[in-house]
Amino acid sequence: MSARVGQEPQVTDAAASDGLDPSRAATARPVEHGLRGVQTLSMAKAINAGLREALRADDKVLLMGEDIGPLGGVFRVTEGLQAEFGEKRVLDTPLAESGIVGTAIGLAMRGYRPVVEIQFDGFIFPAFDQITTQLARVTVRHDGTLSMPVVIRVPYGGHIGSIEHHQESPEAYFAHTPGLRVVSPSSPHDAYWMIQEAIASNDPVLFFEPKSRYWPKGPVDQDHSGMPLHASRVIRHGTDVTVVGHGAMISTLLQAAEIAAGESISLEVVDLRTLSPIDYGPILDSVQRTGRLVVAQEAYGFVSIGSEIAATVAERAFYSLEAPVLRVSGFDAPFPPAALESEYLPSADRVLEAVDRALAF
Amino acid sequence: MTARQRDFTAPRVRLLTPAGELRPTPEAEPYLPLVEALPDEMLERFYRDMVVSRRIDIASANMQRQGQLALWVPSHGQEAAQVGSAHAARAQDHLFPSYREHIVGMIRGLDPVHILELLRGATLGGWNPDENGNFHLYTLVLAAQTLHATGYAMGLQFDGLSGTGEPETDAAVLVYYGDGATSQGDANEALVFASSYQTPQVFFIQNNHWAISVPVSRQSRSPLSLRGGGFGMPGVRIDGNDVLVSYAVTRQSLDEARAGAGPSLIEALTYRMGAHTTADDPTKYRADAEVQHWAERDPITRYRTWLAGRGASAAFFDDVDTEASDVASDLRRRALELPAPTREKIFAHVYSEPHPVMAEELAWLEAYEAGFEGGPA
Ligand SMILES: Cc1ncc(C[n+]2csc(CCOP(=O)(O)OP(=O)(O)O)c2C)c(N)n1
Ligand SMILES: [Mg+2]
Repeated sequence: MSARVGQEPQVTDAAASDGLDPSRAATARPVEHGLRGVQTLSMAKAINAGLREALRADDKVLLMGEDIGPLGGVFRVTEGLQAEFGEKRVLDTPLAESGIVGTAIGLAMRGYRPVVEIQFDGFIFPAFDQITTQLARVTVRHDGTLSMPVVIRVPYGGHIGSIEHHQESPEAYFAHTPGLRVVSPSSPHDAYWMIQEAIASNDPVLFFEPKSRYWPKGPVDQDHSGMPLHASRVIRHGTDVTVVGHGAMISTLLQAAEIAAGESISLEVVDLRTLSPIDYGPILDSVQRTGRLVVAQEAYGFVSIGSEIAATVAERAFYSLEAPVLRVSGFDAPFPPAALESEYLPSADRVLEAVDRALAF
Repeated sequence: MTARQRDFTAPRVRLLTPAGELRPTPEAEPYLPLVEALPDEMLERFYRDMVVSRRIDIASANMQRQGQLALWVPSHGQEAAQVGSAHAARAQDHLFPSYREHIVGMIRGLDPVHILELLRGATLGGWNPDENGNFHLYTLVLAAQTLHATGYAMGLQFDGLSGTGEPETDAAVLVYYGDGATSQGDANEALVFASSYQTPQVFFIQNNHWAISVPVSRQSRSPLSLRGGGFGMPGVRIDGNDVLVSYAVTRQSLDEARAGAGPSLIEALTYRMGAHTTADDPTKYRADAEVQHWAERDPITRYRTWLAGRGASAAFFDDVDTEASDVASDLRRRALELPAPTREKIFAHVYSEPHPVMAEELAWLEAYEAGFEGGPA
């Protein structure tokens, strides 16, 4: 076996341009402005634009977080929003995540729609109690008379060479918790729409932003979302093996698909977009055609989104499978020091190794 | 006048004025003897350590710019708070830093190359506290270490290692955290536990006025030193840019803690002169005038003026400059020579005892990598 990829990933950004399937189209809320056309934006700028739309559309929408005011957040996702909407709409909070989420819950009880920024994936845990024992249960405890339209934005994942607690993928903890919705965009277009749809949702939404994808630019169609929040989509058609992932993993999967194509192996790439609930339609449909499935994720493999998908596909598409469902994950060890991240994170080569195994089965 | 307190002020305890004159504020008078008892070599050592700290700051920020470090966390401006308090601890004490206290570690005997190893992305920890002056690991999750420090202090107490009146063996814990971190639940719970168990412990808040871009006024409307009283322990607000008062107040507080008088809290007023880290751009959120105000209160300048007034020679100051440059360039050279970590490190110490998944995944990764290294092209 030889390495099929160099060190620097060559990313084809097909995610936003391909597969806007009109049959699944549904925007979260009516578009109240004139047509705006397609712009080329980074994901950070696309989320910024989406937040601006939401702040304009509904004055109950509030942003809360650490350093999100004059600094615009450490990733500049909220840049300019406090200047535009003021300190009562964009709150630089005291430094306490439990406090931020706990007060967001109270604000939501009062009719606000708080959008919380957690500065880094590894710093969500002081708020874990408020998110899992409170936020996730308010609606059921009120017999449905009180909804919790709170969005928690979390920059997540590796590939940025940072120090401890800055490269984690904690999405499974939240997907495991009933009462929470969990999504993750992979492209600027999806990010622009999904953040607005998440804010429009009356349920709490954990919104995982793949931070290594903040900077690459892609087309954003500001007139048409293309699909609802909780829908997965095929972003590259293929016939031999289905590969599924979310967030930053999508660019790795597209890269793997490109390399595989050069070896006459045709990969179908499914972007999950939604991690809770999972939209099994496109996955099962694809597996019924290819008979083989590889699920890839940066997160630890043990008790993960990938585990859940593997189990469900085995349950629902057993007779279509030609090979066991394979997972490619971060190893089940704490995210290592940055110097080891390239060995740790699933690469296109690691995905292709699993593809080879699936095909050889 | 109602019974509701509205006067939330605390005097700033200071020995050395910004102009470098030893002129104690009234509250500082009782601390003067502790400073007067210091031998000249200690006084010189304070100066040396502050200058070394600042020099390492410059060298390390340069390394980060050249891509040799993932990040650098500067302490420019906070040298007096750190150096004075660190020298107040005894060998048997335990120090729990947050992530900016490089010179504190060095004073405890830590080779700073291990800090660079951490910030280079080569390790998650970097050193063994037992072999490095009881200087515990950096903690990046804000305020988490305040509880660890409190638990450690409870343990010292349960083990009969404080409050016996034996100055050579009684121990205490000194924990560092920032003004921003004071808002975390953990920081407040630590004060509750410390007070409840009367731990031998000193909480040392470096109020450098900013938590990245957020001013301390967002965290607290009253002096942070008053947090002590609210939890039932003494709190003192000091001029954190005065190395003498930082030493003396921490010394007194640790001595009392070791002797069994319980925990206390120190708020050191200082200023983060540089960026939060090399990833930050402070021009986005704070005014030059404020930075200038604090530049005029520089901890090293005032102390140097005082030392010179007491007769320290020009040669002494030159020697310290030379030594600081040497320390910084030696550190840089050794940091660049640090070996890259190998893949075993990912799995090596996740558990203390053998774990099947670690063994399995390491074996898989090695076989996988061997496939690239040895196999046909
Ligand atoms: C729980 C947690 N939330 C957020 C962060 C991100 N963060 C790192 S440092 C920092 C500001 C800390 O300010 P302060 O406590 O005043 O210490 P300073 O950096 O000023 O020394 C923030 C928000 C973190 N490290 N941990
Ligand atoms: Mg601070």
